[in-house]
Amino acid sequence: MPRIGVFICHCGENIARTVDVKRVAEALAEHPGVAYSTDYKYMCSDPGQTLVKQAIVEHKLDGVVVAACSPRMHEKTFRRAASSAGLNPYLCEMANIREHCSWIHEDREEATQKAIELTRMMVEKVKYNAPMQAIRIPVEKRALVIGGGIAGIQAALDLADGGAEVVLVEKEPSIGGHMSQLSETFPTLDCSQCILTPRMVEVYQHPRIKLLTFSEVENVEGYIGNFTVQIRRKARSVDEDLCNGCGDCIASCPVKKIPSEFECGLGKRTAIYVPFPQAVPNTPTLDRENCTLFKSRAKTGKDACMRCQKACQRGAINYNQQDRIEEFKVGAIVVATGFQLYKITKEQPRPGISGYGEYGYGTVPDVIDGLQFERLASASGPTAGKILRPSDGKEPKKIVFLQCIGSRDCAKGIEYCSKICCMYTAKHAMLYRHKVHGGQAYVFYMDIRANGKGYDEFVRRAIEEDGAKYLRGRVSKLYRDGEVIKVHGFDTLSSEPVVIDADMVVLATAMRAQPNIEALAQKLSVSYDKHAFLNEAHPKLRPVETNTAGVFLAGAVQAPRDIPDSVAMASAAAAKVLDLFSADELEREPTIAKVDATICTGCFHCERVCPYGAVEHKEIRDRKGNLIKVIADVNPGVCQGCGTCVATCPSKSVELQGFTDSQVFAEINALMG
Amino acid sequence: MKLGYYPGCSMHGTAREFDESLQAIAKPLGLELTELDDWSCCGATSAHATNRLLGVALPARNLALAEQQGFKDVFAPCAACYSRLATARHEMQEDAKLDAKVKEILKRPFSNSVGVMNIVEVLRGLIPQIKEQAVQPLSELKVACYYGCLLLRPAEITGFDDAEDPSSMEDVTRATGATPVEWRMRTECCGGSFSLSRTGSVVRLGRAVINDARAAGANAIVVACPMCHSNLDFRQQAMGQREGATEMPILYLPQLVGLALGLSPQTLGLKRHFVSTQPVLELVAAGAAKGEVK
Repeated sequence: MPRIGVFICHCGENIARTVDVKRVAEALAEHPGVAYSTDYKYMCSDPGQTLVKQAIVEHKLDGVVVAACSPRMHEKTFRRAASSAGLNPYLCEMANIREHCSWIHEDREEATQKAIELTRMMVEKVKYNAPMQAIRIPVEKRALVIGGGIAGIQAALDLADGGAEVVLVEKEPSIGGHMSQLSETFPTLDCSQCILTPRMVEVYQHPRIKLLTFSEVENVEGYIGNFTVQIRRKARSVDEDLCNGCGDCIASCPVKKIPSEFECGLGKRTAIYVPFPQAVPNTPTLDRENCTLFKSRAKTGKDACMRCQKACQRGAINYNQQDRIEEFKVGAIVVATGFQLYKITKEQPRPGISGYGEYGYGTVPDVIDGLQFERLASASGPTAGKILRPSDGKEPKKIVFLQCIGSRDCAKGIEYCSKICCMYTAKHAMLYRHKVHGGQAYVFYMDIRANGKGYDEFVRRAIEEDGAKYLRGRVSKLYRDGEVIKVHGFDTLSSEPVVIDADMVVLATAMRAQPNIEALAQKLSVSYDKHAFLNEAHPKLRPVETNTAGVFLAGAVQAPRDIPDSVAMASAAAAKVLDLFSADELEREPTIAKVDATICTGCFHCERVCPYGAVEHKEIRDRKGNLIKVIADVNPGVCQGCGTCVATCPSKSVELQGFTDSQVFAEINALMG
Repeated sequence: MKLGYYPGCSMHGTAREFDESLQAIAKPLGLELTELDDWSCCGATSAHATNRLLGVALPARNLALAEQQGFKDVFAPCAACYSRLATARHEMQEDAKLDAKVKEILKRPFSNSVGVMNIVEVLRGLIPQIKEQAVQPLSELKVACYYGCLLLRPAEITGFDDAEDPSSMEDVTRATGATPVEWRMRTECCGGSFSLSRTGSVVRLGRAVINDARAAGANAIVVACPMCHSNLDFRQQAMGQREGATEMPILYLPQLVGLALGLSPQTLGLKRHFVSTQPVLELVAAGAAKGEVK
């Protein structure tokens, strides 16, 4: 006769408010096989756990059911408690009477009955539980950081300083990300380049960081502690080892009028280029789409121009360079791929999202977006830090800022707040006033969301000291009228329509997930929300982890984030990885699939459905070495315990440990009986 | 394309030329219009300003008729009718209580299965046919496409074009060979049904529309709503009194299409306007002459 202990938790009022916990404990005490049943206010607290441990010893329990919250919350807690009392941890199970019962029901009688049934099910299951041992796997103490913006840089440096090897992959020719394009940063107005570029150099020089720019993640295989990643090193047409960054090739390039991505189209670059003077690495990249040689090669098959090759005294230019794939073994992955800006125009790249044709972006030259304003305000930008209109180079005397372009606008398909725009618009209004004395800034806003340290004070400063006029309301349309842009808006505080003759208009565009981030997320088996921001494992308690063990998030890949948040997340992710790397071996749950070699016929349906590639072939031979049959075998390191093979197996020869047929049927029978 | 045709009051009255031009272009474009049997008033502004239930039940009756008579879509050329029919359909879909109540009032089976289409939507769908059938190049003609308010708003009810930055009328105009001008007042209000109660406001709003179209270089304004037409055409004399500006012809969209198809001004009702359409006809003739020279 089994001796099972049942422990019913009140969870303060969370469960006890709706479920009569005493009655559940009494009902379970009567259940066959239950040797001990009790209830307690907080079972997860220290006295609660002691109660479980003492009961195991005193009542010689051989199984434990804790009826409380979700096993995602506290299964580990109670299994650890059981283990310390000498019971195999896998003989302890949880019945979820909080999320699955008390939180979702109102009727006390019915909820109590349901709690009793849920607990009985788990008691019946535990009767079939077998002791199991955790799987131990080795850890590769090298981390992959994807994305070289401020989040990726911070994560890479923290990891490397903490002793880990780091592979940092950046798809652009230089690290630095969006932060390198900013002029000054809120709420302290320190120069973005001044605080970022030293960190970029640190990354470059760090002995434990391998920096791969102009590279992308091609493929990811494996599991926590043991990932194999393939990185595509895109052909730069410049040998990184030979190049010394002298810039002769750039000076020689005759194609000089390509709109610069770094300058948001406000400046020009050559076909062979470094995105900006402080780029890391300072190795030029040849843009093959715009290069005369490659255009001629595509058209006539002949090489033309070749001026950069002639100019290079190191012989570093290689027009025949090919993409190549490099492979790395890593134990953990930090995803820090950042964001892109919302496209304002009517045509949108993603279905379900629409633009603002009425704001004239792209047709009226003096309507620009926030990032373009950053470039105008930047000392290293196309106007050397002067605020000048793109159309005629004149200084705008009246400037209108529009907040929430795309953000919080369900009609446009983006209902979330982009978080940074209130702050950077206040910063823009301030910078404008500092640079254009006597100029007047207007800001159309919906709400001011300045919820960070020193943030509200910063916005107040823009209004009170720098005289920005804040108008609560939206702009219905704007158009060019001679020299000025007529901005038609509505001030909801005075309930009056407003028309402003502006010289320039700046649109604070929403932050969106990176294009094609879904493909990367799928390679990493990380889920994402409907806006393609990657999901954290728990919004409060596990903010930088994902549901795939060993994969972590940092920065705006998870949601709109400002620099302080991105850096905090990156350090948190690095700490999590270092924690993972602190042991030589990892413990994994043994709830994986196991094949019964006696019944398996080797049809390999399981192999075809396994999403993780965990099924291997195993030869069964007799004593003389003659092959009897080939059967399926599950690699315990790779199996994630999803159970797909179990559902597929026609001969029922594969079972999920901890969720065997006998256990599941015992639960169902308990419910039916 | 077979459509249930809901003319509403205006198509048989003040907007006769809208109806005439529509009927004239229907056949060459392969558009089969069958007038709903026993149709009744959509309620227009009056009904929904008085009582929400009445404002939905009146158009719903016509949708029910269309459903009974086997139409998949009902076509209401008048923008106000279109707005009321589309609103009734939308509100009954969104509000189960209202849906039940209206069905009870209608006393006939109705499953709200009929779609509602406006003139721009229908003609946009016929752009390939328009291009194919066009015989008269309107290349000399620059027009300002005027959407007004009811065609596009509220966006969740109409939904066939971007409410703030529409392009469908321009697309149809390009198919006729005429050039749509870029102007700002396309989606502004003409004053609508305040024409009689607040004539001064209507004149002021209409003047702004016409002045902007003129400044943008338009030879004519193209409308898709009898109310817009009446306000801009009929009140133009009052608008001009203060400024003494030249007259701006106001065409219905099917009239423009009809000109491209080579139909006679008579057939298209172009003689019924208060502001003469003669300058437009002269430009069409000029375009034709140029075309022949080529």
